[in-house]
Amino acid sequence: MSQIPVELVKILIALVAVAAFVGLNGLVLVYLERKVAGHIQRRPGPFEVGPHGLLQPLADAVKLIGKQLFTPKNADGFLFWLAPILSFMPVLLLFLPLPFGPELTGMNLNLGLLLILAFSGLNVLATCLAGWGSNNKYGILGAARAVSQSVAYEIPLLLSVLAIAFQTGSLNLSEVVAGQGSWPWQWNFMVQPLAFIIFFVSALGETNRAPFDLAEAESELTAGFHTEYSGMGFGMFFLAEYANMIVVCSVAVALFLGGWHGPFFDGAWWFLAKVYVLLLVMIWLRWTFPRVRFDQLLNLNWKWLMPLALLNLLITAFVTKLS
Amino acid sequence: MNAFPEGDFYTNHFEKGAKENTMILNMGPQHPSTHGVLRVILELDGEYIVRAEPVLGYLHRMHEKMAEVKSWVQFMPNMGRVDYLHPLAWNHAWVGAVEKLAEIEVPERAEFIRVITSELNRISSHLLWWGAYLLDLGAFTPIMYAFDDRERILDLMQKPTGSRLTYSSFRIGGVMNDLDDGFLKDCAELVPYLRSRLPMYKDLVTDNIILRNRIEDVGYMDKDMCLRYGATGPLIRGAGVKHDTRTIEPYSVYDRFDWEVPVYEDADAMARYMVRMDEIEQSLRIVEQAVAMIPDGEYMIKKRPKPAWKAPAGEAYFASESARGKVGIHIVSDGSKTPYRVKLRAPGFSNLNVFAECAKGTMLADAVAILGSLDMVIPEIDR
Repeated sequence: MSQIPVELVKILIALVAVAAFVGLNGLVLVYLERKVAGHIQRRPGPFEVGPHGLLQPLADAVKLIGKQLFTPKNADGFLFWLAPILSFMPVLLLFLPLPFGPELTGMNLNLGLLLILAFSGLNVLATCLAGWGSNNKYGILGAARAVSQSVAYEIPLLLSVLAIAFQTGSLNLSEVVAGQGSWPWQWNFMVQPLAFIIFFVSALGETNRAPFDLAEAESELTAGFHTEYSGMGFGMFFLAEYANMIVVCSVAVALFLGGWHGPFFDGAWWFLAKVYVLLLVMIWLRWTFPRVRFDQLLNLNWKWLMPLALLNLLITAFVTKLS
Repeated sequence: MNAFPEGDFYTNHFEKGAKENTMILNMGPQHPSTHGVLRVILELDGEYIVRAEPVLGYLHRMHEKMAEVKSWVQFMPNMGRVDYLHPLAWNHAWVGAVEKLAEIEVPERAEFIRVITSELNRISSHLLWWGAYLLDLGAFTPIMYAFDDRERILDLMQKPTGSRLTYSSFRIGGVMNDLDDGFLKDCAELVPYLRSRLPMYKDLVTDNIILRNRIEDVGYMDKDMCLRYGATGPLIRGAGVKHDTRTIEPYSVYDRFDWEVPVYEDADAMARYMVRMDEIEQSLRIVEQAVAMIPDGEYMIKKRPKPAWKAPAGEAYFASESARGKVGIHIVSDGSKTPYRVKLRAPGFSNLNVFAECAKGTMLADAVAILGSLDMVIPEIDR
């Protein structure tokens, strides 16, 4: 027994905990999204399963698990089924370096931020494979959109994150959080408001959330890259989308909104509360805005977000060097 | 031994001309934004449309042929089913044509009832279009608000017309039911309510920058194009032509009300959007005045036509303005119990034909925006 390294056990425990966390929060988020959407649209939302429809996400999950996994005739079976797995698996890794509380971190890595940014890129590959493997014209169009969108939006995302890294001099998320104070005016978004806005907009683009949900634009591409998926194949993409939302919001909270710091009682609850506020904003945006067009989406990125992010980074670099 | 080549006539015919590096995309007949069973074949170069061709006929129900075997009175319900969103315009065109042929004088109160119900119907049609169009553009919420308001109109309309969707409440020589005082009172209350909702729609949706970017300068169809294809309704009014059957060929009692025909010059999807939004307002004006002005009297002629009623021999044409454009019905009678021939002119048919030319060179998302801005009702196009 003594041969098993302690680190490995720790990672395994952390991964299991993260999987449980993602699953649980995914369910909560599905319920939240449907309920908030319902109230925005002047209807009660899910109401039948359980009190106030609380068990609706479970019913949805059971339904998705129970459905037939269907592979289209001309699809590339291997790639087709690799894609949903590939979209969901890296998400678990993304949670490891996130500092949920002062002591509550899966792995305290020096390059935690880098790990998140690197592995979040895998999601594009999964989308691309899904569109290609399903051999569907809508799927290919959706995948093509997803790739150019994700590649484009990754750059301002990186640049805005770099600005924070310059300022704090660390890529370790725990240190970035530790460097911020308890009160809102001690948080990084007061110093870097532009970076925060750029980060949030790019995060919307990166996670394919409305108004940038072009990869699955329902009215144009039926369902985009996951047109051909049924049952848990679709369920995995669905869960990965929500998990990605939680990740980007968590990173935003850690970088810009003080992480687990908060007035009076520091702790993981502040982190979660802030994450859910950001998630609510994302849901609110989705159910309010129409979808942008593809060229407008890229124009926004290349003409506005990117130059602004670069400018912000330059200013940050100068100021950091001077002080 | 393959007697049947792969694909149907349209696909093969279309694919013959496909160039290199393009992709043929079959949009529909089942597709979320073709609103029913319209099929559009697109040749795409990346996201750009090289060619577009609508394929019709998936919902052809032989309404014109059915008219030849049904009596004059019995054909009425068909008119409620041609265009399910604004059936009363078709009702109006049919009874108008038959009354013209048989020279029947309709009581004034009946004409007012026709105008009130038809205009309410126009508002509900435009509201549904508004919600569905924004759904096409990716905004999920407005349709719920639109349906909420539409619901109130339907609740009100079901009292005098007896149905909520496929109205066929007009009769040759009048209407089915009289409007009672309760209806007129509710109607007078509904008008300010609907009017109070319009500023909210403007603030939340019409002035939204994403929406404006999506539909401004998209789907340019100018006056010349509209005339070539015979496009009417909001399309031609959005192209700067003041063409509304209610004013240029006034029928019923439309000439007694004080209202304006909204006209926009831009000829893009935004102009058509604005025309429809303004038309809601104008229809509210008409309803308001009609409710105030409605005279007492009969709602039906004394000698109402029975199912076996014979129309005199001859021809008649009557046009009415539906939410989609000019509805025209041409009937030929040989003096028997059934029409000899009926021609239904559906505005949607002409309007849709503009699409092929209009969509060329636009992006896929624009094609959806253009299709939506035509306000298609497929059953009406296919008849």
